[in-house]
Amino acid sequence: MVAFNLPANSRLRPGRSHPAPAGAKQVREFRIYRWDPDAGENPRTDSYAVDLDTCGPMVLDALIKIKNEVDPTLTFRRSCREGICGSCAMNIDGQNTLACLKPIDEVKGAVRISPLPHMPVVKDLVPDLSQPYAQLRSIEPWLQSETPPPPDGERLQSKEERAQLDGLWECILCFCCSTSCPSYWWNGDRYLGPAVLLQAYRWIADSRDEATGARLDALEDPFKLYRCHTIMNCTDTCPKGLNPAKAIGAIKQMMAERQV
Amino acid sequence: MQDVRDALMLARTSQGKVVRRPLSPHLQVYRWPISMALSIGHRISGVGLAIGTLLMTWWLLAAASGTGAFRVVQNFLGSPIGVLLLLGWSAALIFHLASGIRHLMWDLGVGFDDGAYRASARAVVAAVVVATLLVWIVGLAVW
Repeated sequence: MVAFNLPANSRLRPGRSHPAPAGAKQVREFRIYRWDPDAGENPRTDSYAVDLDTCGPMVLDALIKIKNEVDPTLTFRRSCREGICGSCAMNIDGQNTLACLKPIDEVKGAVRISPLPHMPVVKDLVPDLSQPYAQLRSIEPWLQSETPPPPDGERLQSKEERAQLDGLWECILCFCCSTSCPSYWWNGDRYLGPAVLLQAYRWIADSRDEATGARLDALEDPFKLYRCHTIMNCTDTCPKGLNPAKAIGAIKQMMAERQV
Repeated sequence: MQDVRDALMLARTSQGKVVRRPLSPHLQVYRWPISMALSIGHRISGVGLAIGTLLMTWWLLAAASGTGAFRVVQNFLGSPIGVLLLLGWSAALIFHLASGIRHLMWDLGVGFDDGAYRASARAVVAAVVVATLLVWIVGLAVW
């Protein structure tokens, strides 16, 4: 449902300020979204002044530095710090991306950081991703085949068939795209969102998968697929440079072609 | 938010007390890419065109019903407010047409790539400015 304003319990209040250490020369302000279930308060924006001379180049480096040296209560997900686990997806400077891949240099002025948009907040920068995960389960993201595999080897693909999966298999399920999509914001209860639809197409496009018809049947729905209005925020924001909008377009085309 | 996602808004404190989770900021923080602005612009211009069609209908009905009624409409459309409405209507028409063609190309599977959708967004904006100016230069010349 469309709601432009945040609910009353979600509106941001001003927060605390943490000054830079004495003698710091290259100081950058980080304005970070904070919410603690135990505090019984609205979310707030805390400000941290970080000395970039003693900090790594990426936004994640700054977050880790703040947690280690200034405020151990700051909560965020991170793991691989090299853009392959998808844990540190968040909204940085108004765009969803991975904190570990986002250079601080690319942001002008104060670095504004908030959780992935329009999601329930577990704590600070940690959103609850149960909804997109459940939607991912619903598209049955595994190889489905009636034909048994050859007794003496794997199911083989030609180079051309394999190339159909390029730009799809690289998705790390960080959900930057789904949470950038206004359609997913308003209708995420029924619209599957770009990340899950890209995964759906990844199996539709797989030459070894034999459930293409059933997969398309499952997506033939005014909400699940057709809430995509080609807003293009998904492609615009993908930190891996993938193109969910194009994958969704390809599903829509297959839907149209099988009607003829 | 009044849908099934509401169930995910429940959380517990360390003491086990049930509390309501906040919804993370969305429009409040998101920096609009040009394609997002064009997308909502397509809808708004569509609504504007539907309302503007009432103006056209009034004009045609007046033309059919007689000189007096037609003069009233002509005077209104020639007034500063009328000219402003017509300017908005013509710009909305051209924008909706150009943006609509962009959407049709996507439906054909064309123009999704990184450079292409940004370039087509800029082309739509340029087309609106140039075509609206042309329409009004010609229109004012023959007025």
